[in-house]
Amino acid sequence: MKINLQVWRQKNSNTAGKMVEYKLDNISPDMSFLEMFDVLNVELMHKGEEPVAFDHDCREGICGMCSMYINGRAHGPQTGATTCQLHMRSFSDGDTIVVEPWRARAFPVIKDLVVDRTAFDRVVQAGGYVSVNTGSAPDANEIAISREIAEEAMDAAQCIGCGACVAACKNASAMLFVAAKVSHLAVLPQGKPEHLARAEKMVAQMDEEGFGACSFTGACSVECPKSISLDHIARLNREYLGAKLTSTNV
Amino acid sequence: MKLESKIPEGPLAEKWARHKFGLKLVNPANKRKYEIIVVGTGLAGASAAASLAELGYNVKAFCFQDSPRRAHSIAAQGGINAAKNYQNDGDSVYRLFYDTVKGGDYRAREANVHRLAEVSVNIIDQCVAQGVPFAREYGGLLSNRSFGGAQVSRTFYARGQTGQQLLLGAYSALSRQVATGKVKLYTRSEMLDLVVEGGKARGIITRNLVTGKIESHSGHAVLLCTGGYGNVFYLSTNAMGSNVTAAWRAHKKGALFGNPCFTQIHPTCIPVKGNYQSKLTLMSESLRNDGRVWVPKTVEMAEKVRKGQLKPSAIKEEDRDYFLERRYPSFGNLVPRDVASRNAKYVCDENRGVASTGLAVFLDFADAIKRDGKKTIEAKYGNLFEMYEKITDDNPYETPMMIYPAVHYTMGGLWVDYNLMTTVPGCYALGEANFSDHGANRLGASALMQGLADGYFVIPYTIGDYLATIGPSDKLPADHPAFKQAEAAVNDQIKHLMSLKGKKTAEEIHRELGLIMWDYCGMSRNAEGLKKAKGLIQELRKEFWSNIRITGDADELNQALELAGRVADFIELGALMVDDALNREESCGGHFREEFQTEDGEAQRDDANFAYVAAWEYKGENQPEVLHKEELVFENVKLTQRSYK
Amino acid sequence: MSWVTQTLSSSLGRKVIMSLTGLFLCSFLVVHMAGNLQLFKGDGGRAFNEYTYFMTHNPLIITVSYLLYTSIIVHASMALILTRHNQDSRPVKYAYAKPEANSPWSSRNMGVLGTVLLIFIVLHMRTFWFEMHFGSVPMAEYDGKEYKDLYTVVVAAFSQLWYVAVYVVCMIALGYHLVHGFKSGFQTLGVRHKKYTPLIEFLGTFVFAIVIPALFAVMPIYMYLKVNGII
Repeated sequence: MKINLQVWRQKNSNTAGKMVEYKLDNISPDMSFLEMFDVLNVELMHKGEEPVAFDHDCREGICGMCSMYINGRAHGPQTGATTCQLHMRSFSDGDTIVVEPWRARAFPVIKDLVVDRTAFDRVVQAGGYVSVNTGSAPDANEIAISREIAEEAMDAAQCIGCGACVAACKNASAMLFVAAKVSHLAVLPQGKPEHLARAEKMVAQMDEEGFGACSFTGACSVECPKSISLDHIARLNREYLGAKLTSTNV
Repeated sequence: MKLESKIPEGPLAEKWARHKFGLKLVNPANKRKYEIIVVGTGLAGASAAASLAELGYNVKAFCFQDSPRRAHSIAAQGGINAAKNYQNDGDSVYRLFYDTVKGGDYRAREANVHRLAEVSVNIIDQCVAQGVPFAREYGGLLSNRSFGGAQVSRTFYARGQTGQQLLLGAYSALSRQVATGKVKLYTRSEMLDLVVEGGKARGIITRNLVTGKIESHSGHAVLLCTGGYGNVFYLSTNAMGSNVTAAWRAHKKGALFGNPCFTQIHPTCIPVKGNYQSKLTLMSESLRNDGRVWVPKTVEMAEKVRKGQLKPSAIKEEDRDYFLERRYPSFGNLVPRDVASRNAKYVCDENRGVASTGLAVFLDFADAIKRDGKKTIEAKYGNLFEMYEKITDDNPYETPMMIYPAVHYTMGGLWVDYNLMTTVPGCYALGEANFSDHGANRLGASALMQGLADGYFVIPYTIGDYLATIGPSDKLPADHPAFKQAEAAVNDQIKHLMSLKGKKTAEEIHRELGLIMWDYCGMSRNAEGLKKAKGLIQELRKEFWSNIRITGDADELNQALELAGRVADFIELGALMVDDALNREESCGGHFREEFQTEDGEAQRDDANFAYVAAWEYKGENQPEVLHKEELVFENVKLTQRSYK
Repeated sequence: MSWVTQTLSSSLGRKVIMSLTGLFLCSFLVVHMAGNLQLFKGDGGRAFNEYTYFMTHNPLIITVSYLLYTSIIVHASMALILTRHNQDSRPVKYAYAKPEANSPWSSRNMGVLGTVLLIFIVLHMRTFWFEMHFGSVPMAEYDGKEYKDLYTVVVAAFSQLWYVAVYVVCMIALGYHLVHGFKSGFQTLGVRHKKYTPLIEFLGTFVFAIVIPALFAVMPIYMYLKVNGII
């Protein structure tokens, strides 16, 4: 396959970036999208140019590191998949492919296609945990949890934290991410004791990071590699409102 | 140097309890005076950092990824073992211990493995309390499955994403401690050296991967939780970033490296497609519970399959060779990983492999679908089938999957004593980074168990013993000459790499190294091949240090530079692995020496001469490493030839 | 900052304000629609004028109407604040974005649709509400009681084709606004359930996005056709 690539190149967070065009021949349809970038980078280095920096690690769709905005969509045209799970057979010979980094105030570009997503970590640090010290846990089967609840929690918990929800949202809102975190612990009995403070603190941190508000367009859920449902956003709204109305935190 | 394993006296089941009682404690008020450096934030690192911070120690946690949550523990699919015996099927701490020692082909320490089995039950409790959504039965209690050929159901799981959920649990505990200020997080930071002064580990040198700045971090102890080194093979199921650098540089500073040649090759991975391939994807071992492994009986038929002239479904039952079921009637498709992998290699060596490369075997679900219905199979493996289809464009409901073994896990690692301390006092190794618990082969669902056992339930006890001995004042300032010297050495190496301006990228050399390792130090090894590999690696090393090309600058994000540093260490490690494989003149677990096999082609151990841990000591550039032996003493299990017939 | 202002200035709190005011405005639409149906009566406007009299004199309705004006202002200004905040959240835009692949057009253009509706409301209030309260509306007498004859104002307005056309266009905008807005309001309040969400979606789409805007659009068309003697 022949591919025309238009890639965002940016030296660092302080300099302006621009789209740069590259032409690639001999791309196999069985290559993953990132392997296509490997080929590009080897070519660039042989020419003495700097390779394109991009985040990637596990290359099997679970670490959440890869993050490319491809032809106008987070993680490219496939749904329910990360960039590393996208293969070149999704494109046609001679296609032009535009690749940009996630764009959001809360995700500043570090270099080329690499962005800083530590905002997500700070949101989790604000309350995305159960306060249980190592060693103090009761027997695992002491509290029965219905299969339905466990599945519901798992649906939310499988979020890989890639940030595609933010990238796809017209408001760069992090609601689906925060909702997945809050919802996972809110439905489980273990998460109940702290659920009021958790919702309040995580939303406050989300706002502080500069993410936008939710317009319920549903783009996040469509582009989410794990197809996390908008149900969880509704639960976050419920948790937050409930917390604000009933917590003793004035 | 004498290796002191510090295995406690007494009956097996009491060793850990007695040892814990014998360990010195740090006064609660004094804990805040200590600083502990944790490198790596996977299951071992995150759980250790969180637990130590909970105790009151100050922790600095480092990872090269952008977030601690991305460590490669996240990719573990199958599950985590624990001797809970919730299923009432005869499991016990002793049985888990026994299975693990036997599965490791009797090359692990009894005491360590028993401790692992003991604390396995606490891990599940801890994870459930953190909110890990393990699979449950309709009654609301935890569900278990039998995994990796175990005769009991002791594996806890969260769909096909157990590693992810456990890591997110540990990450949440870590995040909580970051919020309290007890843990300081350094992401996108790579450890490039261990600072040793006065015979003790004093801290580390890191490179800030965004700014390129070389930094010194001082602490009372350093915990290396940096995972395995499977990427020495270039193609593996490890993440692209997984590397040996932290462990290797500690090795060069005095930490002995244990059993480097013990590598696990996982049988159920998606086969290699082309030479552009960057990594291999594992399909969970659980697939072998229902899938049947086969190849065509004849070379001619296999040839036709490879050329696409014959569809697998068109091959008649009598023309198929279900080679695992044939050779191992009692375990069948569920033989341990090393056995399954080797047999796949054999049939491919016989030219009966499938896929266009001839390097694949079928994993067929047609019978299972016929027996249980598509719905049941979908409920069990739906997400795996989907993943397979995404990668290969084949639908496993209609055509058999194709699989081939791939490097997956490294049982070898830094040698540690019973306290998880390396031979450098104050420097510990946890999780896959150490050599300790799996012997020559790791059982399925045991990696997660070990990572979390080390981090949650071992190191919080054992580190206190060292810290109480040295006292809070025994710490160097980060501007001490020892740090400055180490910084300078790291800077020199980077400068040197940047100045080479050769013709090859680090990735290209890495691929070449991987091929050498795979061909000569992979699934089966022989003296001739290993000797050849030694020469090839030396040549490659020379080429690397004269012909590498890195573009960009060192004082910014430079992924090519990061990789070059890692490849440099992989090359040196590769040489040691070959030495270790040459030295071990027996076959055991994942280490199969062709010269040492039984008449019917099974691994032939030599307990009289090789029931030891090979711990290698670095002696300086281009010097042969020195072998130290830790004899393994088996007081409880009887050494037998593993048989899965 | 007190917890109330803190809540209401958070991104979720602002959305709650949007939701509550929006849903209140939806409920008003139903009442307004019911009243306007009097126009179809064909009684020369008597029922309609009696209805307007009731609407401008009943103390409860008067109170509610102030709530209504406030809601419109709050809904619109909050939308402005949110839109600006949302735009700020992505200072560098994508060179190439393909949002139509993942979300419906209406959901992404609530601001545009809302602006159209705001202009409509101003126009609508200028023509009728302002005239009714401050203008010179002729009087009509039914059963010895004087009524402001708003009906003739309506007839006059809807006899102009351009005016009718503006109304129809704005009602289409209303439909698009509500097809997303109604269900979105419930989502913001956290009302989402396997059993009841389909009902909310049905109401939002069928009643609020189709039937109500259609009926509102039919009124000026009907009046236009009638006044101009076409029917």
